[in-house]
Amino acid sequence: MSAAIETREVTKRFGALTAVNEVSIRVEQGDVFGFLGPNGSGKTTLIKMLTGLLPVTSGEAFVDGLNVMSDPEQVRRRIGYMSQQFSLYTDLTVLENLRFYGRVYGLRNQELRERIGAVLAINHLEPYRDVLSARLSGGWKQRLALGCALLHEPRILFLDEPTAGIDPVARRELWDLLFDLSSRGITFFVTTHYMDEAERCNRLAYIYNSRLIAFGSPGEIKKLKEVNPAGARRVEITCSDLMRALRTTAQIDGVRSATAFGQNLHALADDALSDGALIAALEAHGLPGASVRTISPTLEDAFVAITNQHRAALETFGG
Amino acid sequence: MANVFGGFKAVMYKEALHLRRDSVALVIGLIVPLAQLAVLGFGIDTNVRHVATVVLDEDRRQESRDFLNRLANSDTFYLKQYVRSDRELHEAVVSGKARVAIEIPPDFSDRLRKGRTAQILVLVDGSDSSVAGQAINVAFGIGLDESLRRVLAPGQAMPIDVRAQLLFNPDSRSPNFFLPGLTAVLLLSVTTFLTAFSIVREKERGTLEQLFVTPVRPLGLLLGKIVPYLAIGYFELCLILTLMRWVFFVPIHGNLITLLVLSIPYLFVALAFGTFISTTVQSQSEAMQKAFLIFIPSIFFSGYIFPRENMPAIFYWFSFLVPATFYVDITRGVILRGAGLKELWKDGLVLTAMGVGLLLLAARRFQRKSINA
Repeated sequence: MSAAIETREVTKRFGALTAVNEVSIRVEQGDVFGFLGPNGSGKTTLIKMLTGLLPVTSGEAFVDGLNVMSDPEQVRRRIGYMSQQFSLYTDLTVLENLRFYGRVYGLRNQELRERIGAVLAINHLEPYRDVLSARLSGGWKQRLALGCALLHEPRILFLDEPTAGIDPVARRELWDLLFDLSSRGITFFVTTHYMDEAERCNRLAYIYNSRLIAFGSPGEIKKLKEVNPAGARRVEITCSDLMRALRTTAQIDGVRSATAFGQNLHALADDALSDGALIAALEAHGLPGASVRTISPTLEDAFVAITNQHRAALETFGG
Repeated sequence: MANVFGGFKAVMYKEALHLRRDSVALVIGLIVPLAQLAVLGFGIDTNVRHVATVVLDEDRRQESRDFLNRLANSDTFYLKQYVRSDRELHEAVVSGKARVAIEIPPDFSDRLRKGRTAQILVLVDGSDSSVAGQAINVAFGIGLDESLRRVLAPGQAMPIDVRAQLLFNPDSRSPNFFLPGLTAVLLLSVTTFLTAFSIVREKERGTLEQLFVTPVRPLGLLLGKIVPYLAIGYFELCLILTLMRWVFFVPIHGNLITLLVLSIPYLFVALAFGTFISTTVQSQSEAMQKAFLIFIPSIFFSGYIFPRENMPAIFYWFSFLVPATFYVDITRGVILRGAGLKELWKDGLVLTAMGVGLLLLAARRFQRKSINA
């Protein structure tokens, strides 16, 4: 069985700017694939190449086994795309939006009615069918956009930051829906900034400064050696003055890096620096009563560690 | 199989929904050109009449009064004020109270009676060339006529009698001349502007990008946008023609069907231009500015106001790039001259070619943004 999505050193250049630099990924059928990276790192550009909105500069990209450059017409019929801005016709009702997108894919009469009925049911949109989409709240707009993208039963769905600006409950419900659909064989390619969402993906890719710098399941990424360097451990520090602790911890001998994490600090500390020594050092810096415990890295720790190493490498080699 | 018209019907269905939902805006869009037509139809009269005239009659006898009466009866001059001095005469013109000043010297009657040349001074405010020209012509004409009457023996016939006949617009009615040409300009506002806006709106919303990941192809999208607005443009044309014929009494000398057939290519060009504009801009305000790039030349270079024959060569040649040039020729041809397809088919052909060219260009510009299919 061919991969749902496969890229081979795919590159996109806009003049002198390289937006996507030799990225190779493989997404299996039925995966919920999370695509992460800072803003401007090339996430949307890669999606646009995979969906045929932008030509590939070099390298190859396949969607459902089809080359996106040579067979865009077939690719378009097999994919759905939901952009960051939901792209609905706000002066049309829910039903009219669905009818339009259905017709775009050549659905007619009975078939169109059935598909719309199915999509309304999956997304629980039935009560809103005659509401103007402008009147829907963010979460329902997103469901409608997803519905429009699902009408033609695509094999692969690209979702570009689907949960940006959506309330937490709607966010969770959307993800439940994605897993429901993925269990029916639809592959999802999702970009996100939320770590809890990334954690739920089968497989992740992390792109930084146009390059793929991490690829694998969440568990695999947390176990990367860049994330768990030899001779060091990750600790969680709990203390009273978080901002002060953040400034001082990084200066303690034996602490390699420190990041604020909710109400706590996550630090990468040399094994040689014992918990007791760390607490003592904090106290010496005017932070008494801190507690320290060893933790396994979270996904965010992993991405911060990987990003920092690449940033350092870029600075060393002059970009 | 690649279908270059992919999505045509679906887009057309959707546009119809947009139009129905926003019917208030549509009705306003239809009414505004009609209001402009009414203003111009009632308001514009290029025939010069009742020019305010100030008179200094230093003769004040039968002969001078006769001459002044003839001027007043010409309908061109309105003898508004009689003054007593040169200074007052000049003041009246400088202040703008009068456009023309007529001065009859004290010896006017004496010289006429003695068979010598009597002089009359006509001062004309040259700031409006058409008024000045008409005033001068009529004043000359009356003077010449009066001279001939005195020179010829009673009963003797005029040596040459020139008779001009104004074809197609015998009464020199301004609406007859202006309204057919105005149609070309008014139609732009429901065609070029509306299509450009409707596509740019999709750009602003992000739905355009969404459409290009579906089987909708640029030509299908553009034609799906054009067809509903073609119907609207056509409806507007019928409203304009109705108003022109039954409110402003512009007679349609030619065949109405010919006019309706030849209007299709013009509407098509105007719509294609709207789609082309939409490919070059990112926002509706930008689209507005660019649409004026066609609106203004359509007024000034199409021959609608200024005769193209009088333009400097470069503008004359430029006018061939303005679609309205050909349509003004069509409307005036059919409505005023009674011309038919035999005379006007070339205009229709040029417009069709322009429309197809623009549409393909617009589609290509869209295509370049996505992968060629």
